[in-house]
Amino acid sequence: MNPNKNNKKRQQNKNLIYGFSFLGSVFIIYLLLSIFDLENVYKSLQASLDIIIQILPILILVILMMLFVNLLLKPKTVSKLLGGESGLRGWLLAIFMGILSHGPIYVWYPLLKNLKDSGMKSGLVAVFLYNRAVKIPLLPVMIYYFGIGFALILTFYMIIASLLEGKIIEITEHKFKDKGIKDV
Amino acid sequence: MANKKINKTSKETIKTSIVKTLKSFLVMVPILLGVILLIGLFKTYITPDLISSIFKGKLFQDTLLGSLIGSISAGNPISSFIIGGELLKEGVSLFAVTAFIVAWVTVGLVQLPAEASILGKRFALTRNFLSFILAIVVAIATVLTLRIFT
Repeated sequence: MNPNKNNKKRQQNKNLIYGFSFLGSVFIIYLLLSIFDLENVYKSLQASLDIIIQILPILILVILMMLFVNLLLKPKTVSKLLGGESGLRGWLLAIFMGILSHGPIYVWYPLLKNLKDSGMKSGLVAVFLYNRAVKIPLLPVMIYYFGIGFALILTFYMIIASLLEGKIIEITEHKFKDKGIKDV
Repeated sequence: MANKKINKTSKETIKTSIVKTLKSFLVMVPILLGVILLIGLFKTYITPDLISSIFKGKLFQDTLLGSLIGSISAGNPISSFIIGGELLKEGVSLFAVTAFIVAWVTVGLVQLPAEASILGKRFALTRNFLSFILAIVVAIATVLTLRIFT
């Protein structure tokens, strides 16, 4: 068997074991809480169900986008657009993708992992994730509570902060890579 | 004959891509479900009243607390604006409220296990730590700039 494929399978199994252990731990927390506070546990379950219903359309969109990446975007293309040689275009693309993406942050992890495996730089993954905080549809709500000046200045500084964070992560990742230390 | 061969190859490619996509997604379902259940708990137990009771009226300490509470909170960003608005009315400084709403959307302690498992431990820890610090920096920069212009 191809060693790369073997490694990927091993990583997937590891993720699956970790995922089920994590889910099991959360179930235990729920079980323990239900002994003392059944009413709030029920409320929490209802809140979780509401979240699932809310994010379902976005999850479907993410699966379709992952399929698109797997089917049409070859690692060479991803590397060119978002990899080491992407330059300024890569940073701008990550900012816009982050701002335009909707739904909770964790829904986007699988797609980002896909893109990362295909050659997307870690710094750009961080830029994407930070810019998810810039929510254009929610700007009117922010303006209502804090004023237009605050909303615009905050948005500006958040984009700058995203670039700063991306650059720091890129530098640290390079340092670890040079030492041959892998991220697991 | 050649066309038929190409069709067969592209059908196989589509099938392989669908299987690959579903496999990579299904592996992440347990962890996503765990995060959603944790957020459900947070929504029930971390109430706006509890949040506002933590601030003490000290500028630097409150800004740090704002970033810390925003980091452990989870949910729709609109909730952070509403809670932030209420905190301002109760006299909490704009520095602390800004740090709180920035950390709410950029740091995810509840999602950290999912992020670490999917995108790597080092990446997730570095990103969340930097976002926590940057929430304070962005808050200070925003409020000071706002004061210059108004």
